[in-house]
Amino acid sequence: MTVRNPAKALGLAGLVALASGCVNFVEIPVETPIQAKLDVSPFSRVLVAGFVSGGSDQVDANIETVRLLRSQLRTKSDLRVIDADPMPLIELVKEEEVGIVQTSASEDLPEIRSEQDLEYYEQVFANVDYWKRIGEEFQNPLIVTGTILFAPQTQSGFVQREREVYDAFGRRSVVPVRTFMERKGFILAQKFIFIDGRTGATITSEGFREERLYNQDQNTPALSSYFELMDGIVPKFLNILSTQKVRGTRVLLQ
Amino acid sequence: MTLRRPTGAVLLVALTGLVVLGLGAGSAAYADARSDAKEQVQFGIRVAQQGLWQEALYRWRRAAEIDPTYAAAFNNLAIAHEHHGQLDEARVSYEQALQLEPDNAMIRQNYDLFREIHDRTESR
Repeated sequence: MTVRNPAKALGLAGLVALASGCVNFVEIPVETPIQAKLDVSPFSRVLVAGFVSGGSDQVDANIETVRLLRSQLRTKSDLRVIDADPMPLIELVKEEEVGIVQTSASEDLPEIRSEQDLEYYEQVFANVDYWKRIGEEFQNPLIVTGTILFAPQTQSGFVQREREVYDAFGRRSVVPVRTFMERKGFILAQKFIFIDGRTGATITSEGFREERLYNQDQNTPALSSYFELMDGIVPKFLNILSTQKVRGTRVLLQ
Repeated sequence: MTLRRPTGAVLLVALTGLVVLGLGAGSAAYADARSDAKEQVQFGIRVAQQGLWQEALYRWRRAAEIDPTYAAAFNNLAIAHEHHGQLDEARVSYEQALQLEPDNAMIRQNYDLFREIHDRTESR
C-alpha cells in the first residue's frame, strides 16, 4: 500500500501506534504544595495594618494594597482577617504618633519618589511599643505592614517586534524587526514586614520587585498596571503565610 | 569404556559454554527485572490517574528497587515526590532518571519545570 499524502501517513502511523499500545507516556496534572515560610500557628487573626507608600499620585498604593491583601487572605489563608481602616502611616509619622526619631521638623520628611526615600521611614517598624499597642488593641494578631513604591518608569532601548510583509505574489509572512523605542511603565517595589502583635517585634520581612513597560501607543492606566504588577507579588506574599499549591503538568513514562 | 582425560580444546569449549550460559541467565534475569518493574510502573500510572498518589509512589519506588537502571521509574517517582511536596527527594529521583537517560527530552522537560518551583523555594 502506498500513501501519497504525508499527513495521512502520519495519522495512520499514530493510529497504529495507539492500537498497538506503543504510546509510552501519560500527561498528568500535579499540584505541588509549597510550605509556608512563616509559622503562623501562634496567631488566629491577621491585621493588614497599612503601608508607607509613595512614588505616584495616581494610585493610593496603601489603600489598594490593604484591600487586595485582605481579600486574598480571606480566601487563601486560615487566619481571620481583621477589618479596620488602613493606617495612614506617613500621616502618623508626620503627627509623631509613631514616634519616629526625627532630626528636623516633621514637615521636612522626604517625599517618597524612590526606594532610598523609603529607607527613612523604616524606623517606624522598629518601634516595638507602638506595634505592641496596636496588637493589644486588636487582640494580639499577626500584623502585616511595610513599604510600597509604585512609580512611573521610562526606558529606551531596542525592542524586537514582528512585522507583516507581503511578497510579489501577495503571500503574507511575519519577520522579526528590531526597533529603537521609548517605553513607559511602572515599577512596584514592596517590602512586607510581619510583626508579632503580642510583643511588637518584627518576625520577618520580605521584599519583592516587579516592573512592566508598555509601548508608547499603549495607554495603560496606572491602576491597571498596579494590579498587573500585584498579580506577580500576591502569590509570593501568600506563600509566606500559608501553604500554596502550584499547579502544573508532568509526563509519566512507561 | 575408558574415559580419556579432556584435552585443552575440550576444556576451552566447555568454559565458553559456561560463560554463554551465564550471560544468558544474566540477561534473562535482567529481562525479568525490567518486566516486573514495568508492571509496577504501569500499575502506578493507573492509580495516579485515579488520584491515589501514595500508592503510586510506593509502586514506583518498588520499580526503582527492582530495576535500578529503569529511568521511567525514577522519573515517575520524582513526580510523585513533587506531588507530595517532597522537593529534595524529587530532585534526587529526577537526577537519577537523567543520569540513566541523559537525552530523554521528557525527563528533561519535567526536571526543568520542577526546577522552576524548587529554585523559587530555595531562594527564600
